[in-house]
Amino acid sequence: MTTKLTPDQLHAFGKEMDSIRQRILADLGEEDATYIRGVLKRQRQLEVAGRALMYLPPAWPLAVAALSLSKILDNMEIGHNVMHGQYDWMGDPGLNSRMFEWDNVCPSAQWKYSHNYIHHTFTNILGKDRDIGYGVLRMDEDQPWHPYYLGNPLYAFLLMVFFEWGVALHDLEVENLVKGTRTLEENRALHAGIMRKVKRQALKDYLLFPALTGPLFPLTFAGNAIANLVRNVWAFNIIFCGHFPAGVESFTEAECLDEDGPDGPTESRGHWYYRQVLGSANISGSPLFHIMSGNLSHQIEHHLFPDLPARRYPQIAAEVREVCERYGLEYNTGSLRQQLGSVARKIIRLALPPRRTTDREPTAAPVSEPVAA
Amino acid sequence: MFTEPARAMMTQTTTLAERLLRSPAVAALTSPHGVDRYLELINPMWAATEVRARVVDVQRENPDSGGAAVATLTLQPTSTWRGHRAGQYVQVGVELPGSARRLTRCFSISSAASAPGERFTLTIRAHDEGQVSKFLVHRARPGQVLHLSQAEGEFTLTESPATPTNRHLLFITGGSGITPAMSMVRTLLRDGYDGHVNRRVTFLHFARSAEDQIFAAELAGIDAGDNGVDVRLFHGDQLFSEQLLTRIVPDFREVDTWACGPAGMVELVSAAYGVSPTDTSGSRLRVEFFKPPTVATGSAAGDLTFARSDATAANTGASILEQAEAAGLRPEFGCRMGICFSCTARKTDGTVRNVLTGEESSLPDEDIRICVNAPVGSCTVDL
Repeated sequence: MTTKLTPDQLHAFGKEMDSIRQRILADLGEEDATYIRGVLKRQRQLEVAGRALMYLPPAWPLAVAALSLSKILDNMEIGHNVMHGQYDWMGDPGLNSRMFEWDNVCPSAQWKYSHNYIHHTFTNILGKDRDIGYGVLRMDEDQPWHPYYLGNPLYAFLLMVFFEWGVALHDLEVENLVKGTRTLEENRALHAGIMRKVKRQALKDYLLFPALTGPLFPLTFAGNAIANLVRNVWAFNIIFCGHFPAGVESFTEAECLDEDGPDGPTESRGHWYYRQVLGSANISGSPLFHIMSGNLSHQIEHHLFPDLPARRYPQIAAEVREVCERYGLEYNTGSLRQQLGSVARKIIRLALPPRRTTDREPTAAPVSEPVAA
Repeated sequence: MFTEPARAMMTQTTTLAERLLRSPAVAALTSPHGVDRYLELINPMWAATEVRARVVDVQRENPDSGGAAVATLTLQPTSTWRGHRAGQYVQVGVELPGSARRLTRCFSISSAASAPGERFTLTIRAHDEGQVSKFLVHRARPGQVLHLSQAEGEFTLTESPATPTNRHLLFITGGSGITPAMSMVRTLLRDGYDGHVNRRVTFLHFARSAEDQIFAAELAGIDAGDNGVDVRLFHGDQLFSEQLLTRIVPDFREVDTWACGPAGMVELVSAAYGVSPTDTSGSRLRVEFFKPPTVATGSAAGDLTFARSDATAANTGASILEQAEAAGLRPEFGCRMGICFSCTARKTDGTVRNVLTGEESSLPDEDIRICVNAPVGSCTVDL
């Protein structure tokens, strides 16, 4: 299956995307720096407030709320974006993708490999992008059905609750171990890294801070656990709304090759942009909602320009949408409720074996038919 | 003013607080970000591991000169400063107003050896091309906070087999290369190196003009003092030559010597000692020199140097990643299209062009994605 754009159209589309990128790159400066430092400061304030309020039992819900917000900001608007290299140009070691470590059990170095490289390069290519179903779920019609997937809703629920652990274990490629295409030996170094990070995270949230509150140990322990849970549920939902609502397309490796490179067929830059648009979905909402989602509510813009500061995505969204519509490309967006509902329906629908005629939701873009060649 | 016991108590509390901040317990509580990422939000001068400094004084050294301005900045470092040995340099990070980019450059320390937490000075010449040096000389104001590294470098007095010694010491400097030597001479004099018992110091300095001569008054005072230090200043056309050196210090090859200045001068000095500037082993000469700025010479000319692998290849104009692979290196990479940052490496010297944006950059010590950057002219990458 080829794209619905001609090579010339793909090229022109790529040029338009490049020029948007170019314009933002040239404009990066003090405002972006002030913004991210402001978010960082607010996150640290919320964290300190959350930890301190744990000493005040009546304020416990407030403490949990502050700590939850802090962890969400740390992982999403700060961690995810900083580790994409969005602020490397500032030369500040505290905001550098090579040095930043987030408040999450997944070691940043491993996440950067599986996310920045694998997921962002091979977005929605079946068999290459391991974020499709995270190795446990059936999230695409083209993943062959197996009775195991009857548990799809249950697995999705567990993945949501233990999301940070899922993300950490994601890199171990357990499904490939089971299949025998990966050896335990290959995972040894990863294991060590994960264990180091897990120990540090657990020590802080489940031992040290609770112990420091003395008799309030159980309450603080529970508060910290809930804050981690809230962050997990939030992150899972935002991320699943970014790639799995109805209408988002997946691709095969073969259909992405449209150019001849020195080492054989490759994907053109325009085609890469095209795939990023069709493989992502946005969530509409308020500015505060965008910040709390790390601007991943602008998943389409993020996938087009993963290394541009995320605060720029809302600024360019209208223009990106206009270009996409001009080329007849579906710009998938909807409210959080719509996108969540759509994702939930897909999780349930794909738990069941495909029915011969009606196993697909109608999509605006008639791509992703099974590839014969 | 505080009474002595009060001061002692304060010092004690400070050390206790510092020890606490640097404890593994606090590190565990502030994991994964580290305590400095919290402290800096309250007060930039509070730090447990990082080093920062507040500018406390700015002095123009050559107000009457028509040449490049020189200023001495007095810095009060954070308590994390471990002090410096005379002759060392420090990396200074400055956020240039307007761009929000932090640029980092090395500057020699000009004051005598410092103890932990103690003030020191940098004497900086504002180079035309140097954004950081120009900013520090013209726009640094008392109160401003700079980012620092610990003191670095082996061009020092104490590392030398010559100290502590009774032997003759020789300094040969050119231009702003005077600063590390000045730090050494100031240290010697402060620590009672008085030139008696046959301890002599000869200090030769070459400056563009008398107006460009920095530390002129102090050097005149040192020369006149009863300290065994002989200062010889040369201006304008009086360039370094072996002949000149032989006339002043006939047995110079037997004298522990520190030479610092422009690359051209250091080459002449090295030749006089029968060694090369990059390898002075077997002689009593130690050198430090400023590299001349590399000039972009068109995209596919010059050499691409891989510093860590000690390999050099003729620049083909392809991306640095491709050229590294062609040279048999196996640098880490990911997407090969500039999005994943797996291949980020440090460019230490030269100009690169981003093949996606066409943007050229000549900043030294810059992190670049080698998959989307091609060298323009000669370039050195830490691979």
